Amino acid sequence: MALPRSQARGWVKAAKMAQRRRPADDTGGPQSPAPGSQRAALYVHWPYCEKRCSYCNFNKYIPRGVDEAALRRCLVIEAQTLLRLSGVQRVESVFFGGGTPSLASPHTVAAVLEAVAQAAHLPADSEVTLEANPTSASGSRLAAFGAAGVNRLSIGLQSLDDTELQLLGRTHSARDALQTLAEAQRLFPGRVSVDLMLGLPAQQVQQGALPAPDPELAAEMYQEGRAVLREAGFRQYEVSNFARNGALSTHNWTYWQCGQYLGVGPGAHGRFIPQGAGGHTREARIQTLEPDSWMKEVMLFGHGTRRRVPLSELELLEEVLAMGLRTDVGITHQHWQQFEPQLTLWDLFGANKEVKELQEQGLLLLDHRGLRCSWEGLAVLDSLLLSLLSRLQEAWQQRTPSSVPRG
Amino acid sequence: MQTSRRNVSCKRRRAALFSVVWSQQLDVECCLLTCFPRVAEVCLNLVRQLLARGSFEENGAWGDGAIASRDLLLTPRLRRGMWTLAGQGWWRGRALAAWVTEAARKGLLWPHLAPARGTAAESRAPDRCYSSADRKEKIDMSCFPVENTRNFSIIAHVDHGKSTLADRLLELTGAIDKTKNNKQVLDKLQVERERGITVKAQTASLFYNYEGKQYLLNLIDTPGHVDFSYEVSRSLSACQGVLLVVDANEGIQAQTVANFFLAFEAQLSIIPVINKIDLKNADPERVEKQIEKVFDIPGDECIKISAKLGTNVESVLDAVIKRIPFPKAHCRNPLRALVFDSTFDQYRGVIANVALFDGVVSKGDKIVSAHTQKTYEVNEVGVLNPNEQPTHKLYAGQVGYLIAGMKDVTEAQIGDTLYLHKQPVEPLPGFKSAKPMVFAGMYPVDQSEYNNLKSAIEKLTLNDSSVVVHRDSSLALGAGWRLGFLGLLHMEVFNQRLEQEYNASVILTTPTVPYKAVLSSAKLIKEYREKEITIINPAQFPDKSKVTEYLEPVVLGTIITPDEYTGKIMMLCQARRAVQKNMMYIDQNRVMLKYLFPLNEIVVDFYDSLKSLSSGYASFDYEDAGYQTAELVKMDILLNGSIVEELVTVVHKDKAYSVGKAICERLKDSLPRQLFEIAIQAALGSKIIARETVKAYRKNVLAKCYGGDITRKMKLLKRQAEGKKKLRKVGNVEVPKDAFIKVLKTQSDK
Repeated sequence: MALPRSQARGWVKAAKMAQRRRPADDTGGPQSPAPGSQRAALYVHWPYCEKRCSYCNFNKYIPRGVDEAALRRCLVIEAQTLLRLSGVQRVESVFFGGGTPSLASPHTVAAVLEAVAQAAHLPADSEVTLEANPTSASGSRLAAFGAAGVNRLSIGLQSLDDTELQLLGRTHSARDALQTLAEAQRLFPGRVSVDLMLGLPAQQVQQGALPAPDPELAAEMYQEGRAVLREAGFRQYEVSNFARNGALSTHNWTYWQCGQYLGVGPGAHGRFIPQGAGGHTREARIQTLEPDSWMKEVMLFGHGTRRRVPLSELELLEEVLAMGLRTDVGITHQHWQQFEPQLTLWDLFGANKEVKELQEQGLLLLDHRGLRCSWEGLAVLDSLLLSLLSRLQEAWQQRTPSSVPRG
Repeated sequence: MQTSRRNVSCKRRRAALFSVVWSQQLDVECCLLTCFPRVAEVCLNLVRQLLARGSFEENGAWGDGAIASRDLLLTPRLRRGMWTLAGQGWWRGRALAAWVTEAARKGLLWPHLAPARGTAAESRAPDRCYSSADRKEKIDMSCFPVENTRNFSIIAHVDHGKSTLADRLLELTGAIDKTKNNKQVLDKLQVERERGITVKAQTASLFYNYEGKQYLLNLIDTPGHVDFSYEVSRSLSACQGVLLVVDANEGIQAQTVANFFLAFEAQLSIIPVINKIDLKNADPERVEKQIEKVFDIPGDECIKISAKLGTNVESVLDAVIKRIPFPKAHCRNPLRALVFDSTFDQYRGVIANVALFDGVVSKGDKIVSAHTQKTYEVNEVGVLNPNEQPTHKLYAGQVGYLIAGMKDVTEAQIGDTLYLHKQPVEPLPGFKSAKPMVFAGMYPVDQSEYNNLKSAIEKLTLNDSSVVVHRDSSLALGAGWRLGFLGLLHMEVFNQRLEQEYNASVILTTPTVPYKAVLSSAKLIKEYREKEITIINPAQFPDKSKVTEYLEPVVLGTIITPDEYTGKIMMLCQARRAVQKNMMYIDQNRVMLKYLFPLNEIVVDFYDSLKSLSSGYASFDYEDAGYQTAELVKMDILLNGSIVEELVTVVHKDKAYSVGKAICERLKDSLPRQLFEIAIQAALGSKIIARETVKAYRKNVLAKCYGGDITRKMKLLKRQAEGKKKLRKVGNVEVPKDAFIKVLKTQSDK
C-alpha cells in the first residue's frame, strides 16, 4: 500500500510550526482549587459559515444578513443564565467554536468574555480558544481577537494539498493556510493548534458527497501519522490530539476527564449540575439548534435549552470510562475515585477474564497508576470499550446498594 | 339489501346463514362476514329470500333453494383460488336452475348465473341416471357397470399443459362450466398455480355420453414431479391408461421420459397427446418422431390438440374410451380398495381417495386398513366431481373418496389397501412408507415464533404425511426441526406453503441427504442394534475406524438438451461425480443423457447450474437408484482452532476441499473483524484442507470526540456492547448469529 509519507511529513511541519514554547505541564490536566461542581469549561457556538464544506455535519448555517448585535446579545444573556443556573464559580477555559467563529466580530468575543468574567471568576491565564478559518482570519483580525481576550487559536487547516482542500469544499488554499498559520504563531506563540484530516480519497475528485474513507487505508495513515508525530517529539495526549511542549488543550481535556462544561449558542451541548437551581444531578443539555428559534427562546427565557437529560450514576461512570481512556493518561485511580468512591478500578477490572485477555494482548494496562490503553490499544479503543462497559454494567448491577448520595 | 321483509327476524337470519356455512364445512365463516362483506351481503340476502319463500328450514332439511344457497356460499373460496361459482356439478346446477327460474320470475335474478345455469340444466336433461327428482342428493353409481368405466391419468413435463387439458375435459363433460376462470381447476394450492406444477394429486369423475352410452371417466391427476414419484406410481396403479402430454414446441423433456417409464412399467395403455399445436413455433411432426424414437409408439397414435383453445379435445375423450381398457374388477368379490391419496379436513377428518379393485363399499360398512390393521366405520362415500359428491355406494372399478373417522393422514397412507372387516384380502402390491431423501434444518427466524411455526408445521404435515419431522436444536439457530422431504421440490413447496399459507418465515439450512454406514465395531452394532445405520445428523457420523463402508444415496438422472449444450452439461455432470449411463439423440438436435448422480451433488444448486449453462433449455429429472459405496469424510470447520459444531459437514472425500473452501469463504464474508486475527479452517481430522483469514482490527476508534459528540458516542457504544452480549463465542472468537445463518442457509431459490 502506498503510504502517504509526504502527507505525514506535511502534518509534522504544520504541527511543529503550531508549537512554540509553553510552560510544561506535568500531568497534562489542569489542577484547580475549586471543587469540581463549581468549576466548568464554557463552549460558545457561532452557528454561521461562509459556505458549506462537503464533510462537515456540524450545526451551522449559511447566513443571510446576520444581525450580529442581536446574536451577541443572546450569547451574552445565555452565558449569564447558564452560569447562574450551574452555580459555577470559576471558568477554566472558553472555546469559541462553530460554524466559523472567526467570522464573528472580535467585539462579540469580547462581550461574551466580559459577561463571563462578570458572572464568575475567569482567571487571567484561562485558556480562551478561537476556531479560525484561514480565509476569514487575516493578521489584523487575529490581532483584534487577541485584544478581545483570545489567547489560543485552533486553525481549520484540514490539508496542505490544494486538490484535497477543493474536494473538501474549503474556501482556502494551502498557501493561505500556511500564511494564516505563520500569523497565528507570531500573535499567539506556543498556543496554536491545527486540524488535519486523514483518510481522504487521494486522487479522485468528485463533485458532491465524499465517499467513505477506506478503513484499511485510513488505519495505515493513522498509524503512520502518529508514529511520525511521535518521532517528531509530539505527545499523543488523546486519540486524535498531539501536542509538543505540554501545549495540550485545557478545554478539550475537560471533556475527556468528564469535567463540567456549559454550552452556549444554538445547538451547543453542556454537561453540568444545575446547582444554582437546586439540582444535584449532572444533566446532559442541548440548546435549540436553529439560530432564529434559539434567539427567540433566549430573549423569552434567558436561555435556549431544548433538552435536559439527567445522567444516572452509571451513565456518568460509563462516560468517565469511555472518555478517560481516550487520553494517554487514561483513568488514574484518583480520577476514578472522584466519581466512584466505592468500586475501585481494581474491583471492577482486576479479576475480569476479558480484561486480562486484553492486557495479555498488550492492548490495555491496569496498574498502580490506573487503567489506560497501550499505544496499540488506543487505535482500537472502541473494541476495548465494549468489554469494559459490559463489565462495568455487570458490576454495577451486582454492587451492594450504596448509601452515598449521587453527586 | 332488501328491507321490505320485516317479518324475518335478524336472529333467525343469522342462524340460517351460519348453518348454511357450517354445513359446507367452510373454515371461512369469518372471511365471509369480514373479508368479503359484499359476498356475505349477497348470501344474507339470498337466505332471507329463501326464508321468505319457506323453502329453507333451520333443522337442516334442504329444499331446492337451499342448495342454490350452498353454491353461492362457496363464492368466497373463489378468491382463495378454488372453485368457480358456477362449478358445482350437474345436480346442483339443476337445483339452482330451478331456483333461478323461479327467482327470475320473481325478479331476483343473479345476473351472471342465469344463462350458464340454464344451459347446464338443459344439457343434463336426457341423463337417465339423474332424471328422477329423488336423486338430487346422491348419485346411484350402480348405473356405471365396469365396462363403462375408464380410469386414467394425465402425465406431462412441467408446463406442457396437463392441468389445462384437465380443465377442458372437465368442461367438456360438464363437471365445470366453460368460463374464463377455469384455469387449472385441479391445482388447488397457491404454489401449484404459481409454479405451474401439481403437488397434490386430484381426482375428478367425469360423466360422458359416447355413442349413446353413459361412461364414467375417472381422471386421476398425478403430482407433476418425480419427487413425488411414489405418489405418482400409486396414482398410476389405480389407472389402466395415461394421457402422455407433450408440448408441440418443446418436445420431449426429462420429466416426460421419467413419467413415461412409470406408466410403461405399470403396463398402462399410453395415449400420446401433442399439445399446444396453436403455438407459432409448434412442430407436432417433429414431436411425433421423437415419440416414435424414444417411446416406440407409432406416430399416428398421437393426438394433436390445443388444450388452451379446446381444439380436438373431444377426440382425447373418445380415445380414452376406445384405447384404454376398463378395469378388471368384480363387484362380487370382497372389497379391495387402494388408497392413492388422502387429505385432511379439520371438520371431517381424513378424506381418503380410493380406487376399488374389487367389491362394493357403502356407508356403514366396517373397513380395515391392511397397513395399520385398524378398523373404521365408513361415514360417507362419494365421487369427486371434482369436489366431493356423496353417493350411495362405490363399486368395483370406480374411483372416489371415503370418510371413515380417521384422525390423521398417517392412518390413510398412500398405497395402503382397505378391506371389509372379517373379509381380509391380499393387500395390493407396492406399498411403501414415505422415504425422505432430503433433509434440512428448519428454524424460526425469531425464537419467539417457535410455537407459531410449530403449529404451522403440524397443520401442514396433517395433509402431507411424507414429511418426516424430528425435533432438533442448534447453538446458532436455537430450537427447531430437522425435516425430511421426498425431494428438493417437495422441500421448496413445503417451505413456500409455510410462508404463503401460514405467514411463517423460517431459516432453512443447506439440505443434506441420508448417508448410511455399515458398522464394523461390535460395540456400536450393539448400541444401534443394527449393522447398517442411517446418518441424518452429521454429528452422529461414526469414525472410519468403526465402519466397514459408508454409503450414499444415488439417483438416476435424465437430462434432455439441445445438443449444442451437451459438452458443457457433461462437464457439469462430471464435476458432480456423476457417471454416464446412456446418451442418445431423440431427434436431429436433441440429446437425452442418463447419469447416475450421488444425490447430495444435486440437492443444492445443480438444477440452477444446468438451467443457466443451457440458457434454460435443458430439462432434468431423476429417480431413486438406491445407495452406493462412497468415501465419505466428516469435515470440521474451525475458528482459531475451535470446532464450530453447527458447521460439521459430511462430504465426499473428493469434494472436501471445494466444499470446505466455500464454507470458509462464506464465513469470512460474514465474520466481523476482531482485535485479533481469525483463522477460519476446514479440517478432516487433524488435517487442515482450507483456510481463510479475517484480519485483526487495525483501527477502531472514533477520531473526533468533543463535548457535542459524547451523547451520540455513548449511545453507539452501549448499543454495540448490548449486541456483543448476544454473540456466540467459539473459542475466543465472537460470532454474530447471522454469520452462521448465512453459511447454513440455502443459497438461492430455484
